[in-house]
Amino acid sequence: MNIITTGVAGTMESSDIIVTVEPKAGEGIDLTLESDVMQQFGKQIEKVIRDTLAELGVNSACVSAVDKGALDCTVAARTMAAAYRAAESTDYVFNEVKKK
Amino acid sequence: MDITKIPHINEVSAFHGEYKPEDCEKKSTVRFDERQKASRKVLPSIEEAIKRSGLKDGMTISFHHHFRNGDYVVNMVVDQIAKMGIKNLTLAASSLTDCHWPLIDHIKNGVINHIETSGLRGKLAEEISRGLMDFPIIFRSHGGRAAAIETEELHIDVAFLGAPSCDPYGNANGYNRDDENSSCCGSLGYAKLDAQHADKCIVITDHLVNFPNAPFGIPESRVDWVVVVDNIGDPKGIMSGATRYTKNPKELLIAKTAADVIEASGYFEDNFSMQMGSGGASLATARFLRDKMIEKDIKCRFALGGITGQIVQMHEEGLVKRILDVQSFDLIAANSLKNNRFHQQIDASYYASYVNRGAAVNQLDFVILSALEIDVDFNVNVMTGSDGVIRGAVGGHPDTAAGASLTVVTAPLLRGRIPTVCERVNTICTPGNTIDVLVTDQGVAVNPNRPELKEKLIAAGLPVTTIEKLKERAEKVVGKPEPIQYKDRIVGVLMYRNNTVIDVIRQIKED
Repeated sequence: MNIITTGVAGTMESSDIIVTVEPKAGEGIDLTLESDVMQQFGKQIEKVIRDTLAELGVNSACVSAVDKGALDCTVAARTMAAAYRAAESTDYVFNEVKKK
Repeated sequence: MDITKIPHINEVSAFHGEYKPEDCEKKSTVRFDERQKASRKVLPSIEEAIKRSGLKDGMTISFHHHFRNGDYVVNMVVDQIAKMGIKNLTLAASSLTDCHWPLIDHIKNGVINHIETSGLRGKLAEEISRGLMDFPIIFRSHGGRAAAIETEELHIDVAFLGAPSCDPYGNANGYNRDDENSSCCGSLGYAKLDAQHADKCIVITDHLVNFPNAPFGIPESRVDWVVVVDNIGDPKGIMSGATRYTKNPKELLIAKTAADVIEASGYFEDNFSMQMGSGGASLATARFLRDKMIEKDIKCRFALGGITGQIVQMHEEGLVKRILDVQSFDLIAANSLKNNRFHQQIDASYYASYVNRGAAVNQLDFVILSALEIDVDFNVNVMTGSDGVIRGAVGGHPDTAAGASLTVVTAPLLRGRIPTVCERVNTICTPGNTIDVLVTDQGVAVNPNRPELKEKLIAAGLPVTTIEKLKERAEKVVGKPEPIQYKDRIVGVLMYRNNTVIDVIRQIKED
């Protein structure tokens, strides 16, 4: 999946996360994360975002996420939606988000 | 006559020699109304009161927290002390809150070098958690502080006590019967004790009324000076109109379950006694209990503690016979203290001290408390947030938990992504052996040291599980949180109600 524009998904409500995916020159995922629960769940949230992008085949993107205590399933769903929007793809396959 | 010839006269106590009229104070003959206007207790400024009190470097000053987040007194007095160049004071407040952030500067400039309090919030608490003070904050429960003061182990040199009304001789109260425009805090329970034991006691008021300001919370016999200022606080911050019932369905579910637990516990019988904590769910429990009382036609003999409008309503309906009020939580409670004969103001020692001859917490059937965290050993944290930063108050939590026959903690299983039930709480405020039941939105857990209670709750069809299962359930939803990182430095010490160290708070690690 190629990131060609800016895609955003999510809100700033509590128990949600807002994920912004943007194009980046060169390989790799640049991730910045802010979270209300950084100390307790920061690493886990980062892992879910990176795994989700890898599954979608996103190899190059700038990602910023502001988390308000979202559960893993929410983090994955918002990341996927932002990536699809940033790739201008409507090629969704709706199914259950698998536990990371 | 030679009085030394009186048999045994030198063995008589309180004997000061022979009467001489010229040694006695001359009696006043002016009208009393003029006399009270000339009361020598009333001083023109806080500065003058501080001078007269003899406050010196290294002494201990005290304040009460009945004005909550509307308090002007602490900042006003410490600003003045700073201007006068007095340093290295111990500030022993019954509690401190968000509005006391200006103390940060007075800690940095050396005016305050040690703080004792029940709680700490806002910017001041954050700075303390980052290591602002060399001397750790000493956190005491309301009962532990009362015990420390009445045994003189915590000696107060000068108490500065704000009061919504006071007469020229120092009779002070938390409401005003002479002027409806006065601010109102209700009970002065924590201030009463400080007035009783401080070497010097200064009342600061914005409403000087005619003598006698009766009924009074603090008697003139304990007051050295009275200072009148423009404003003791912001009435809106001192008191909210009414503590509202929660509309949060999760809290209502918890409250309903808690009421069912109490009904099934065996403690819900005629003439029972109770206390409600200030959390949303514990307050809402009152509503469900009220319905059960009407249905079963039973009455509550007394309600204790922080009093809210809900308790007052039940009192005025005849469901609660007596109210013992150490702190009024809303305007309805404050007005009830003013107007209802059987709504009694009590001091902090009467409320919760473990060393006096009888504390009301020991006469409780049940108490409903809240928790930020509770661990698998039922230890409760009400002090540090999930990030390890201080943002709470011990209050009467450990005192009532230890005193009541049935201690119920109400809490949601999860707050956002943070589990309430955990392996080990960040800070132990109340030890698990004093907690009997945990009520969450996803089940009830009974302390294993109360097997008979567990049987009763199961027999009543309540959703009883174990605390370990509640913890697993929480982790299944949110994952296992990583522990908070702290530095070695101790920034706070938790004293249990018998003033033994139960836990410490360390400086947070931010990187």
